[in-house]
Amino acid sequence: MDWISPRRLNRLGMLNMNRRNVDYIARYNERSSYPFVDNKLKTKLAVAEYGVKTPKLLQVVRQQHEISHFREMAEGLEGFAIKPAKGSGGKGITVITGRDNEEYIKASSARVDAPYLERHLTNILAGLYSLAGTPDVAIVENLVESAPSLARYSFQGVPDIRIVVFQGYPVMAMLRLATTASDGKANLHQGAVGVGLDIGSGKSLNAVQYNRPITLHPDTGLALENIEIEAWGEMLEMASRCYEATGLGYMGVDLVVDATEGPLLLELNARPGLAIQMANGRGLLPRLRSIESLKRLHFTPQERADFAMRTFAAL
Amino acid sequence: MTNRSRLPFYIAVLLLIATGISLAIWRHIELGIPWLTGEQRPVWMVEARVDFDATNESVLASLKVPGQPPGFRLLSEQAASPGYGFSIIEKSGNRRAEWTKRSVSGPQTLYFKAQFVPDTTAKSVLPITTPETRRVFWEEPQATAVREILERARERSSTPESMTRELIRLMQPDTRTQNTTLLVAEENYLELLVDMLNHSGIPARTADGLKLEDARRRQSLMTFLQIYDGQQWLTFDPQSAEQGVPENLLLWREGSASLLDVVGGDNSEVSFSMLRQTVPALQLATMQFESTGLGFLSFYELPIEEQSMFRMLLLLPLGALVVAFMRIVIGVRTSGTFMPVLIAVAFVQTTLVPGLIAFLAVVAIGLLMRGYLSSLNLLLVSRISALIILVIFITAGLSIIGYQMGFNTGMTVTFFPMVIIAWTIERMSILWEEEGGREVLVQGTGSLFVAICAYLLMSAPLAGHLTFNFPELHLAILGLILLMGQYTGYKLSELKRFTPMKVYD
Repeated sequence: MDWISPRRLNRLGMLNMNRRNVDYIARYNERSSYPFVDNKLKTKLAVAEYGVKTPKLLQVVRQQHEISHFREMAEGLEGFAIKPAKGSGGKGITVITGRDNEEYIKASSARVDAPYLERHLTNILAGLYSLAGTPDVAIVENLVESAPSLARYSFQGVPDIRIVVFQGYPVMAMLRLATTASDGKANLHQGAVGVGLDIGSGKSLNAVQYNRPITLHPDTGLALENIEIEAWGEMLEMASRCYEATGLGYMGVDLVVDATEGPLLLELNARPGLAIQMANGRGLLPRLRSIESLKRLHFTPQERADFAMRTFAAL
Repeated sequence: MTNRSRLPFYIAVLLLIATGISLAIWRHIELGIPWLTGEQRPVWMVEARVDFDATNESVLASLKVPGQPPGFRLLSEQAASPGYGFSIIEKSGNRRAEWTKRSVSGPQTLYFKAQFVPDTTAKSVLPITTPETRRVFWEEPQATAVREILERARERSSTPESMTRELIRLMQPDTRTQNTTLLVAEENYLELLVDMLNHSGIPARTADGLKLEDARRRQSLMTFLQIYDGQQWLTFDPQSAEQGVPENLLLWREGSASLLDVVGGDNSEVSFSMLRQTVPALQLATMQFESTGLGFLSFYELPIEEQSMFRMLLLLPLGALVVAFMRIVIGVRTSGTFMPVLIAVAFVQTTLVPGLIAFLAVVAIGLLMRGYLSSLNLLLVSRISALIILVIFITAGLSIIGYQMGFNTGMTVTFFPMVIIAWTIERMSILWEEEGGREVLVQGTGSLFVAICAYLLMSAPLAGHLTFNFPELHLAILGLILLMGQYTGYKLSELKRFTPMKVYD
């Protein structure tokens, strides 16, 4: 067994689960703000007012009987994503990328029929994927077409960018790439690859899968060293804006880069995981503390993003 | 943004823990509730036997019995004497056992039995008013002799105690002078001592004590001298002048009260037999709080049915403590927060191995059936409801099969909370679909591991004993759980998880 001593972790400034829960989530996240992030529909509406774009909303299924309209609506569509509004960790998200006569093709290239999707909608409404098991609504969104520069790194899934935002300051970021192991999903604990991104430049730092450092993507075989995210400053500012929209002091902002629409907000997370630190090879604590010690917080998202790029750049 | 000081919180937690522990210690000292199970305490069973010859008239036999002898606590008393009326009469600190009968003849035997617990903290009752000295009139030439002896004793002493010691020494045969020989005859020695002390202004009296030795019969009382030093009665050995009540000496009679009065009988005499018994300390304690009135603080006042329920309920905080520790400090992943506690409670009733087998069997069969249910495309609520009914069928089936095969364990499956099992099956199957079998295995074994740890703690005899007899200890447990809620350090599992960070250090 291989262990790391708590002293070394402290030196690295690694944020741990207990401290995250007690010192950051409990202290900086108001309970009343949680519905904004725990409900994707509310998130969409809240951030829209602050000029943060999200994938186009096609349909909201609130009642069992509305499911019949789903088939009519889906008739003319090539690709779309069905999501439970209160789902967490990507649970219950079904992505349809194409059609083959009566069958729909999932992102994993499995073929499913319309009754399968209707059953899925029923499950979502019953609250199978919702956080507290409460009844839920299903939202159908336009399929995100990932920008080709990033899409080639990911296997069968849309790569997304997770940015941890603390009191409106983007403090750490990573690119999440789907793999065969993760079944097209971008969740690190399911086997997705996490690539740490330099806050200052949007360039990749290093990469991990299952918490182990890697240099090549396990499926595509591409080197993960020289990835660079375009329009980086704009993305950080967008993430920063979500703070005004929700009031959450500590959150994870998940963004995608759409081929035509540019950066879009996928979802917000009030309890972002800790694996981002491993992808970056750096602990979060020094950055969080430097913001906590600021005498006056910057007022605009622009200023905060600039401050973060200056202060937290890897050099 | 709540950045309040945590000092009040820590003080509150400290108070909780301190209150819990000090209450427990107080009750241990005050009521003698033992810390450990199976602790044994010695108890002396003393039997006084009164013999007399009745003279064919109404009989009243009155025996002095001790109420609170120094160094002992009276636990129980009873009389055995067929055909006699019996009662204990208490008059100004003087307790007497009285037997009465209308008309009797021939030799009679009466028994009085009492149990005494050695208790070093028990003090004898202090006299309310200062005892007065009795003036004694001496005739010459005794008067001169007494005066001279007292004079000599007074010269060599400074306090009533030392005066008494000196006097006893002067009265011993080997130190006797002419004066003392004049006074002392063997039969009046003690009486004389008491008179002389009273004469010199020190209140004095005699007391009868019983030397406690295991399995002795036909013992008689030994007489001791007691003087009053202004605060309490002090006991002296009248021969050796040794001060204090020797260990294992039970003072049966103190003061001027007579030991035995028999009206309507001749040749009366008292003899004693005794036996050293051991009684579980807990039983002793429960017998005592009935008498001390502190019983309202314990669960023993409740009906037995409620008691056994509380025995179970009071174990739950221990399980919660284990779960909190395992999740917060160790970082074991479990499915559901308190499912492990509920499984552990079920284990306590089924015992571990049969419970484990039954639980795994029910969950495994349930998972298979859930697979079929999900293909039926049902709404969640009806699926869970169906699952609960299925779980009841499974447990009923297992019970019947187990019973037919001659295992009692089948019956105990029913202790598992059905709803919990149904939810477990549901969550596990969702987890299986979404995260794969590996995650199910991790969380399932995590839950079972925590449940087994909680079970081991909860089923320990000491845990059951302490939680039931010292319910205030739960305040300390509460304090510990609150403290753990403030733990912001690394979990043990995180030290493993973050190991790859070594590269960047």
